[in-house]
Amino acid sequence: MTLPRRPLLLAALAAPFASPGATGAQTPGHPLLSAPWDAVLAEARGRPVFFNAWGGDDRTNAFIAWAGGRLRALHGVDLRQVRLRDTAEAVARVVAEKAAGRTSGGSVDMIWINGPNFLAMKQQGLHFGPFVDRLPNARFIDRAGKPSTVVDFTVPVEGLAAPWRMAQVVFIADSTRVPDPPRSMEALVVWARANPGRTTHPNVRNFMGVTFLKQALCEVAPDPAALLRPVTEETLRPAADALWAWYDRLRPHLWRGGRQFPENGPAQRPLMLDGELDLYITFNPSEAAVAIANNQLPPTARPFVLDRGTIGNTSFVSIPFNAANAAAAMVTADFLLSAEAQAYGADPRVLGNPTVLDIAALPPAERARFAALPRNPAILQPEALGRPLQEPHPSWMTRITAEWESRYGR
Amino acid sequence: MSLVIEELEITLAERSLVAVSRLAVAPGEVVTVMGPSGSGKSTLLAWLSGALDPAFRARGRVTLDGKDVSALPPHRRRIGLLFQDDLLFPHLSVAGNLAFGLPASLRDRRAREARIAAALEEAELGGFGPRDPATLSGGQRARVALLRTLLAEPRALLLDEPFGKLDVALRGRMREFVFERVLRLGIPALMVTHDPADAEAAAGPVLHVAPATPDGG
Amino acid sequence: MLKAAPWLTAGLFLGPIAAGLAGTLLPAFGWLPALGGTTLSLEPWRALLDAPGLGRAVLLTLGTGFAATILSFLLVIAFCAATQGSPLARRAQAALAPLLATPHAALAIGFAFLVAPSGWIARALSPWATGWDRPPDWATVNDPWGIALVAGLTLKEVPYLLLMAFAGLGQVRAAEGMRAAAALGYGPVTGWLKVVLPQLYPQLRLPLYAVLVFSLSVVDVALILGPGAPPTLSALVLRWFADRELTMWFPAAAGALLLLLVVLGAILLWRLGERVAAVLGRRWIAAGGRGGGGVVLGLAAPALMGLLLAANAAALIVLLVWSFAGPWRFPEALPAAFTLATWQAQVPAIAVPATATLAVALAATGLALLLTLACLEAEQRHGLRPGRRALLLIWLPLLLPQIAFLFGWQVALVRLDLDGTMGAVVWTHLLFVLPYVFLSLADPWRALDPRYARGAAALGAGPWRVFLTVKCRLLLRPLLVAAAVGFAVSVGLYLPTLFAGAGRIATLTTEAVTLAAGADRRILGAYAALQALMPLAAYALAVALPTWLHRDRRGMRPA
Repeated sequence: MTLPRRPLLLAALAAPFASPGATGAQTPGHPLLSAPWDAVLAEARGRPVFFNAWGGDDRTNAFIAWAGGRLRALHGVDLRQVRLRDTAEAVARVVAEKAAGRTSGGSVDMIWINGPNFLAMKQQGLHFGPFVDRLPNARFIDRAGKPSTVVDFTVPVEGLAAPWRMAQVVFIADSTRVPDPPRSMEALVVWARANPGRTTHPNVRNFMGVTFLKQALCEVAPDPAALLRPVTEETLRPAADALWAWYDRLRPHLWRGGRQFPENGPAQRPLMLDGELDLYITFNPSEAAVAIANNQLPPTARPFVLDRGTIGNTSFVSIPFNAANAAAAMVTADFLLSAEAQAYGADPRVLGNPTVLDIAALPPAERARFAALPRNPAILQPEALGRPLQEPHPSWMTRITAEWESRYGR
Repeated sequence: MSLVIEELEITLAERSLVAVSRLAVAPGEVVTVMGPSGSGKSTLLAWLSGALDPAFRARGRVTLDGKDVSALPPHRRRIGLLFQDDLLFPHLSVAGNLAFGLPASLRDRRAREARIAAALEEAELGGFGPRDPATLSGGQRARVALLRTLLAEPRALLLDEPFGKLDVALRGRMREFVFERVLRLGIPALMVTHDPADAEAAAGPVLHVAPATPDGG
Repeated sequence: MLKAAPWLTAGLFLGPIAAGLAGTLLPAFGWLPALGGTTLSLEPWRALLDAPGLGRAVLLTLGTGFAATILSFLLVIAFCAATQGSPLARRAQAALAPLLATPHAALAIGFAFLVAPSGWIARALSPWATGWDRPPDWATVNDPWGIALVAGLTLKEVPYLLLMAFAGLGQVRAAEGMRAAAALGYGPVTGWLKVVLPQLYPQLRLPLYAVLVFSLSVVDVALILGPGAPPTLSALVLRWFADRELTMWFPAAAGALLLLLVVLGAILLWRLGERVAAVLGRRWIAAGGRGGGGVVLGLAAPALMGLLLAANAAALIVLLVWSFAGPWRFPEALPAAFTLATWQAQVPAIAVPATATLAVALAATGLALLLTLACLEAEQRHGLRPGRRALLLIWLPLLLPQIAFLFGWQVALVRLDLDGTMGAVVWTHLLFVLPYVFLSLADPWRALDPRYARGAAALGAGPWRVFLTVKCRLLLRPLLVAAAVGFAVSVGLYLPTLFAGAGRIATLTTEAVTLAAGADRRILGAYAALQALMPLAAYALAVALPTWLHRDRRGMRPA
């Protein structure tokens, strides 16, 4: 066998994807893809769903636990969260099962996924589907207003994964200590120099950490349009050089001198609550409001965005091609798209996540659920958030992570 | 009932430890085996009770009333065993210890309790049934141990230095207590000891053994 | 049937380890047909050596592993030397057992809650003593040098080594030796070091190796307290095994093998150190110095030990405090309010891993007890004499880095279609539970006066009746303590659960380690506290049950 060295190997991943995704169908002829919804519901009843979802955020864990209770009541589906440290673990498990020849009865029923993980599975034909259009609630997805529900990190989703929550980068600052927060990544360097040790970013192996770097990349890259195409050696160098030049100026002024990082996004909350951090990055526009309500952030924490916009994306659930309980997973994905689940998730006391649905398209009764949600000064309304920047192609994320690791991880 | 040992030789790693060409113990008789420590006395008793360590090799046979029991496992031989220590089970009451010895063939619970009560009464231990053995005096414990052994209705009795741990004052009474019962039940008994007074009180034949080899044991 | 018990046990043991080692060795040289590796090559090693941070990770592993082991050993030796024969030693012994039951992960989390810049210690001292109204920007946990990792490991290993030392001291007749030395004019500490330590050390050798191997290869504590960029070798290897790019398995397997080599090298180095210490020690003893009263050590060692035990206890308490905390801002010493809200909100979620933890631990412990008793009973009935090799076999899973065979074993489980099943997790736990159950039960079992069994047989009791109504009842206390030890080991296992459970079977330990990366401290406190309380409850039961059963039996009280 020939084993490419790591950078080459990652480059292979980054190569323009081709065949399996072209038609969209990864499990053509699967009976569930043509079965009437009632039959799907019948098959799902009494079955478990092993939902492999990153388990680092207790608010999300609590939301999934709530969804489990509702699914049991509504459809007799037993939702069980497999709490991952890293979503890649679930992808690796599916790949390993395929390598071992297990084409049915797989141990992963559903994955919370997007970005490089979604692409890796798509390239290897590991998704079940396309199934999204089989879900009754899929017709309310706001595909026009929220294009990231159908194009994930520039990669067409093609019905292989169902959206369930919107995410957009916002920064949180303690308003008593940062009355005038920096409005660009460049301004962040100036602010950090004046306030050493008071901001940080999550570990770059974590999606939130690399998103911090991508946010900067969008600002400092000489050719931002190149980010929307798969990375090549030609496009990587100038962009990466600009990024690391910026980062080298920032890093010494980060928390712990930039030698140590919180493991993930939520790990930054207690640091701000205790007063170690004054400013940090998150993916949830309602993070401040939800965390204040749960005594996880000081009441003076407020979100802000950058002048030139912030990256936005969508969280999806996908079903592996060999899932043992695909029908139950479909029912779960459909429930997550329901107005009930979306309104519950949008509640600032729960997740405060913007919905993936087009509220205007909903029947009046369902629309009322959203109108009834409380308003909160610590939530940025859509108009303040601005139109999100598109995520760079996943290959950028992979390369940036690898470069960061070889530059700063030794 | 009589106990007969024939053509016995016990070896450890090709070394002869015990050799007895023939030894017969008549019913109601107590034969004393005397010898210094290391002379293989305990090995002899272990072989008789069927608990010889597999590291030893033994040839020969032991018969009870003419029936060869050499091949039987320990619990089927019905050869009672009394040690220097009483070895009452500390987790059981006095009555519990005695019930352990009583054959299961006596089914009726009341009958079992009555047998135990009677045995205690006769040993001047009336009402001791529910007591914790750890609260008894040395002499009382020794008597309970003997009662336990006899309630199992043994066909022969092996006594391994049975009075060694008792006070001098108690020893005489305990000897009387044991030998009187051996005589009354008419079972053969084999006693190993190094106390000549034991042999005298037993009033039976005395067999002197010497160490098989200087460092044998 | 019973005669086969040792063989069955060895098979259940060796099977997974052999399959696991082979399943790691082959991919390390490029062989893994399922992933297209069908020729042997050194390519995985080249990829491994190219991996960023490898060199530092190896140095970090060696540094933290040796530091934690040497520190624990010195502390235990100093304490034993300073307190030989004093009531302090007895009191320490009583305090040890519950500490021993605490899972590593819970202790590490509690320790982080204590010493973090915003931890309980800083809160207790701020602002009145420190002047801090915000936590200092200090890396007191996850520091790049692994100091927090060493401290956390020492905290956990000292109680274990101390208990092993006490057990060993009982066998070497330390008191007599000390009297003889004192009569010759030796000071107490010098006398202990010259007379008792040389006899005690052989008894401590295997436990010390286990501590060394564990410290070099631990994953959960390293994830919680250790540095992240790069982490220790074991954590780095685990990261590669979890990569979505499965070709990373090849360098990961090579890394696991490298860890095995590092561990073997470390043991060799330790042995070499033993030799050198022995030569120097003999010279020191022959020189005849009597030493003084050892006043400094006599005060310092117990004080240090007291501090360590207090830190252990405080780490557990702070978990509970957080789990009941309402709002708790820095630098308040205590939460503004206590509330049941966290527990109420977490009960439905926590019940699932708690049930799985309990089920796996009970099954693995039950199985381990059954096998251990079968082996010990076979040994007595058939006069088997287990040799040194059998003892090494029992220790084997504790002397190998877990990750070196767990990955290969997982591949084997997938092939057997057993991965992610309860059976696979229980079997894998058995590899680690059985040694502890066997080692803690074998001595009391073998030490039981054989005349009880002979006497019972002479009364007509068959072998099984003797086993159940005499041996098991007389040894009920050590039996239950062994069960509690096994239970505690199972509850604490991280990597074996992770690999065999395939994510489907999550225990409190795997959940707590996942949450430790950044969840709300109140929720993390609840998970870790429950994880710590389960073995404690088992241990309390093991002590209380025989005491209650035997309340009227003076002869059954512990000596």
